[in-house]
Amino acid sequence: MEKIPILRMGQFLLVTIQVDLYDRLALNLESDLVQMVNKTGARGVLIDISAVSIVDSFMGRILGNIASMSKILDAETVVVGMQPAVAITLVELGLPLKGVYTALNVEKGMELLRSRIGPDHEELDDDDDGGIE
Amino acid sequence: MVVLNKDRMSIQREQDVVPFRNRVKEYAVKIGMGLVNQTKLITAASELVRNMLRYAQGGEVLIEVVSRGRENGVRLTFMDKGPGIADIDQAMKDGFSTGRSLGLGLPGTKRLVSEFNIRSQVGEGTTVTIIKWKNG
Repeated sequence: MEKIPILRMGQFLLVTIQVDLYDRLALNLESDLVQMVNKTGARGVLIDISAVSIVDSFMGRILGNIASMSKILDAETVVVGMQPAVAITLVELGLPLKGVYTALNVEKGMELLRSRIGPDHEELDDDDDGGIE
Repeated sequence: MVVLNKDRMSIQREQDVVPFRNRVKEYAVKIGMGLVNQTKLITAASELVRNMLRYAQGGEVLIEVVSRGRENGVRLTFMDKGPGIADIDQAMKDGFSTGRSLGLGLPGTKRLVSEFNIRSQVGEGTTVTIIKWKNG
């Protein structure tokens, strides 16, 4: 069975999606990630989708789910490296990935994660973190 | 409209989706479609094929390269023998879904392609045809 590897780096989990996801694989990733967050007590999840050429509504929902579920377990999720054509398509499709933090690349994503779980942790509650409805 | 090239794929399982998307991409690349339009077409195809699997347990897709005047495009016809759609106008509204999805499928898909046509007969099935013109 194919699996998407989840790497641990300090208090973050890193996932790089390098293959075209079919539904089963995406659902497994969702549950694996949430379990890993629980097991490791990770404070952040970074998902690199720079090699993903298609994000449809199913995949978008999975990303939203991961963000909402992790949030409940006190971890922030950042999706990085989205291809411009994918961003254009997602917005036209009507799925602007509300509630999912995004960053241009891995480096900026890590910065964002660090700033979100930094000393101003109390402020997190004020922010919109609802996930996709 | 002239059909230049034709292919047929049967979609029965979730695992058929990725090869199908790749086939659509091949055709789009063959006619020189740009990356953004390719992405829109493949995403639209992915939504429709997913509907087909979810509501009709699969079906068949016709992939064609079509030409009208000086414009080339890819036409996809999704045919299933599922339960059909009782109220197409309602199904085309954002946010409507009888399943557990977001209800973006049909209206979202329509926004991504150049031409969109849906015909459905309750109890007999649904046929959706989309065209994405190379520069459309």
